[in-house]
Amino acid sequence: MNIIVCIKQVPDTETQIKIASDGKSIDQSDIKWVMNPYDEFGVEEALKIKEKFGGEVTVIGLGPKRVTESLRTALAMGADKAVLISDPALEGSDSIATAKALAAAIKGLEFDIIFTGQRGVDEDNGLVGAALAEFLDIPQFSIITKVEVAEDGKSVKVQRPVEGQTLVIESSLPALITAQKGLNEPRYASLPGIMKAKKKPLEEKTLADLGLDASEFGEGARKLQILELTPPPARQAGKIIDGDSPEAKAAELAKLLHEEAKVI
Amino acid sequence: MAQGVMAIAEQRDGELRKISYEVVSEARRLADALGQEVIAVLLGANVKDKAGELGQYGADKVIVAEDPRLDPYTTDAYTAVLAEVVKANDPAVLIMGASVQGKDLAGRLSARLGVGMAQDCTAFSIEDGNLVAVRPIYAGKAYAKVTFKDGYPQMATARPNVMAVNEPDSSRSAEIQEAAVTLDDAALKTKVVEVIRDESGKIDLTEADKIVSGGRGVKGPEGFKVLEDLAAVIGASVGASRSAVDAGWRDHTDQVGQTGKVVSPNLYIACGISGAIQHLAGMSTSKVIVAINKDPDAPIFQKSDYGVVDDLFKVLPPLTEEVKKYL
Ligand SMILES: Cc1cc2nc3c(=O)[nH]c(=O)nc-3n(C[C@H](O)[C@H](O)[C@H](O)COP(=O)(O)OP(=O)(O)OC[C@H]3O[C@@H](n4cnc5c(N)ncnc54)[C@H](O)[C@@H]3O)c2cc1C
Repeated sequence: MNIIVCIKQVPDTETQIKIASDGKSIDQSDIKWVMNPYDEFGVEEALKIKEKFGGEVTVIGLGPKRVTESLRTALAMGADKAVLISDPALEGSDSIATAKALAAAIKGLEFDIIFTGQRGVDEDNGLVGAALAEFLDIPQFSIITKVEVAEDGKSVKVQRPVEGQTLVIESSLPALITAQKGLNEPRYASLPGIMKAKKKPLEEKTLADLGLDASEFGEGARKLQILELTPPPARQAGKIIDGDSPEAKAAELAKLLHEEAKVI
Repeated sequence: MAQGVMAIAEQRDGELRKISYEVVSEARRLADALGQEVIAVLLGANVKDKAGELGQYGADKVIVAEDPRLDPYTTDAYTAVLAEVVKANDPAVLIMGASVQGKDLAGRLSARLGVGMAQDCTAFSIEDGNLVAVRPIYAGKAYAKVTFKDGYPQMATARPNVMAVNEPDSSRSAEIQEAAVTLDDAALKTKVVEVIRDESGKIDLTEADKIVSGGRGVKGPEGFKVLEDLAAVIGASVGASRSAVDAGWRDHTDQVGQTGKVVSPNLYIACGISGAIQHLAGMSTSKVIVAINKDPDAPIFQKSDYGVVDDLFKVLPPLTEEVKKYL
């Protein structure tokens, strides 16, 4: 089984976001970059499938050189090789362009399953997986919490919780799956894993290497244009409810929720 | 020239979902700003009798596509049919709900149509004849105002529970039009083989009007009893922080936050939750936030409209009794 996992590098979830002086992007100084948490579920699932069926796990990242760190993390977890798509012309690309570059890199590879995270926790688009599947003309399963590959390795059955129910969906392979929390518990990279990762192959590709036209990427090619970034609407710290006892506080809270907030 | 605002309605087992009323109502406001019409689209197996209802919320026309292969939802079948409907009608704007289904469908459809798509938006407007959308990014730590370039429709999904629903007007009616469905069986690669229903009857967190949520302060699975009691009385769903989920006290589908669900209820009561940034990411668009926590310095109080500094086990039982007085 050949499995591909697409990896995005995102600001650590603790990062305070500062808006840059252009008012349209974020200030990238002081950011600690990590693997997108949803992609970790993808790496873990790929490794589990490999452990059962054999084969190879290839991780693919896109972005500046620093993305290598996240690819090495995946290699240390147990992936076999990595590809980094890196080109200054990619800077500022939107999800559709990102998917286009990933599709070009993947087209030359053999694959049975592709994993992406269900969304990147930076731009929160949840679009790359679907667009990538469309460009490769394969089925997609989004927001998946369970994956079962058939014994013969030819089809897959997944679970997708939707509001109030869970759909069990099946298709033949190849297919693309976007990983959701609940799928598994990602393993940590072990020390021997980290040592081994240093020797695993990591290939770098530019847009030209992939036969792509740079004018279709970057800020200028965005179909979705950012007009402005603003801090979230401020929430004032509200009322702390006084009272001599928990019962008195409860009574006061109930009254306020009814009379003032009008939600009860 | 692309014309009209298209709203994709969502149904489950033949019943329209609340998000359908939200997107049709919002489409009405956008269409009025553009001086254009609202075209609602409803897909399913036996859904035609529900179509008229969308007219009461603002649709001028409802396109119905019926086929047994459109129930339940699959990405393949819905994308194929909708791509045809969009091409035939050439709308300027296309909106749908940012439900699990809507997010999946919008991603695939926008790629097939080759247009930009703004996911999970909390506000829309029309500026210079173009759709402008506001979407929380970096888990709500920034808000991006975005618009579109090159191509129609300008596509977006709306975060559930955020868009105001119009008062249904029974005197309004919509023209119902049936779409010819041409589905190629060979192109339908995915198949729903089972639907596991949640029989608890509980409303999903993303759609809930009220949520009582518990964190590590609830101390164990049994501790959730006092939250369940309050929730039952006020008609709320019960959510949880990641700590409570990772401890195995609640199912992962109950998790609110950056790696859980994004919720926007009218009332969110956080019990024994500290208010970590990843938790706030999931609930900061709630309208009224209440925090019950015994630590007066818990960060959650900075984001709450009402705070009670006390032991949740001592506050929740009398609160449950007190709210009964107002129901
Ligand atoms: C990549 C990543 C993703 C994450 N995603 C999420 C996510 O989606 N959702 C999420 O919630 N977290 C998420 N987290 C975890 C988050 O950082 C916090 O660890 C978590 O939210 C803390 O949960 P908590 O508030 O329940 O627990 P704690 O932080 O331990 O807080 C417990 C609170 O309960 C109070 N308390 C204790 N006993 C009582 C009592 N008897 N009465 C009243 N109050 C009491 C305490 O004062 C304390 O404030 C994520 C973290 C990472 C790194």
